[in-house]
Amino acid sequence: MMSSLQAMQSLDAQPYWDGLQGEAGQGGRLLVQRCRACGKHRHYPRPLCPACHSFKVDWVPPAGIGQVHSWTVVHQSALPAYADRVPYTLLTVDLPEGVRLMGRLVDPPGELAVGRPVRVAVERGPDGAPQPVFHWA
Amino acid sequence: MTAGLRAALRGAAAVTGVGETAYGRGPADRSSLTLQLEAALAAVRDAGLDPHDIDGVIPSTAGTCIAEDLVDNLGITDLRFSATVPMGGASCVAALQTAQAVIAAGICRHVLLVVGRDGRAGNIGTRLRATPQFRTVAEFETPLGAFAPVELYAPMARRHMQTYGTTSADLAHIAVTMRQHALGHPNAVMKKPMTLADHQASRLIADPFRLFDCSLESHGAAAVVVSARSAAADLAKPLVPLLACAEGHPDSPSSITQRPDLLHLGIAKCAQRAFDLAGVTRADIDVAEIYDCFTYIVLCQLEDLGFCAKGEGAAFVRDGGIGLGGRLPVNTHGGLLSQAHMVGMNHIVELVRQLRGEAANQVAGARVGLVTGYGDMGDGSIAILGNA
Repeated sequence: MMSSLQAMQSLDAQPYWDGLQGEAGQGGRLLVQRCRACGKHRHYPRPLCPACHSFKVDWVPPAGIGQVHSWTVVHQSALPAYADRVPYTLLTVDLPEGVRLMGRLVDPPGELAVGRPVRVAVERGPDGAPQPVFHWA
Repeated sequence: MTAGLRAALRGAAAVTGVGETAYGRGPADRSSLTLQLEAALAAVRDAGLDPHDIDGVIPSTAGTCIAEDLVDNLGITDLRFSATVPMGGASCVAALQTAQAVIAAGICRHVLLVVGRDGRAGNIGTRLRATPQFRTVAEFETPLGAFAPVELYAPMARRHMQTYGTTSADLAHIAVTMRQHALGHPNAVMKKPMTLADHQASRLIADPFRLFDCSLESHGAAAVVVSARSAAADLAKPLVPLLACAEGHPDSPSSITQRPDLLHLGIAKCAQRAFDLAGVTRADIDVAEIYDCFTYIVLCQLEDLGFCAKGEGAAFVRDGGIGLGGRLPVNTHGGLLSQAHMVGMNHIVELVRQLRGEAANQVAGARVGLVTGYGDMGDGSIAILGNA
């Protein structure tokens, strides 16, 4: 299952994947790109800064608290790893760095609303691989 | 720029032929290639052309009928142009722009567009994951539990609902209207009447989308011939000139999550350009075939096209506004929601038939119409056709 979900890791995003995996004995962490020339954050990983066109980049952990921008509650999934986990809530989250994240809300959904604060964490997904998820902040 | 483009393109090309197979659900008993050749031949013959007259082809990116297949099977001896347009559901209408440009440049006289599917290609998420446009989604979002378009697109609809108060019951009007149109069309798959309550009772797939917000899985094929006006004077059917074509791409188009504005689609960037090029206004549009992979995508495009203000789409689609006899009849064939999912080529076929006056659900006196495409993570395309 891990191979089917994680099979598409690209060379340009290797620090992202390495970050989620973490060093031996340490938990994984989420890293996003920050342009070393102009300081603009970007996500998902890509080689070139669309603002200043520098290839130079740092991979940095975002502050970790964001706000709900939108969401869906998935009631059927064709992904074998997720098929028996429905329903699950997928959040779209604004980070103060100016990028967005997608991830499952792993706390009970309660009252979903735009703007609710959430905290990003890296936890093991249904296939066993570390992934970004959200808790209510 | 608009004036120069308009002089170069407006009226240079016309749709001269349309064709489609019978549509169905489930696996077809013929190959995708055979179905597409049947539709292609129908379109060529509808135009009054011989297959050897085709000198340009734009097959779909699915790869089940490529330029070589069209040369081999149609016996084309002097193919001068082939291309594919990788914009998902925006591809067919965007290909009208490609054909128009190739014709205006003098490279081709008759360009054939064709799509088709045999209903055996497997799960939609698996199919899309194999396309380059979904590479980012496949790498970063599929592991998180987002796979099919319904899961990727639902957050756009949810954001619209939270911002403007749009409801699932509003989306029901779109599904029910498409079904009503399908009931009156002989080549529509869905023949069971649908009520607003039926829509609301259908199961949730990815909130806020219910089963009846989702388009069909279909088999069949559809094709269109675009010709140089100068080469089309003596053809079989009334010409349907391309007044304007345009495509628009959203910012950050590799994923919906990263799009700065979830409430506008790529078509918002190109709609006004198309109206300016065509020299028509919204009030001139008699009929609109609007890409409808999901109900919400219709509502959002109606706003982005300027038929109503952003946030007012729900009011626009209520109370028969998009039905036959409404202020803007939409998807008079039943659309992807209730006729068949032919990636929007069936929308072009239907618009051409409306403007020829030969449609099953004919809009009386239709002279000008538009057709749109929507694809991947927000790509848009539009064509305005008619005799204005």
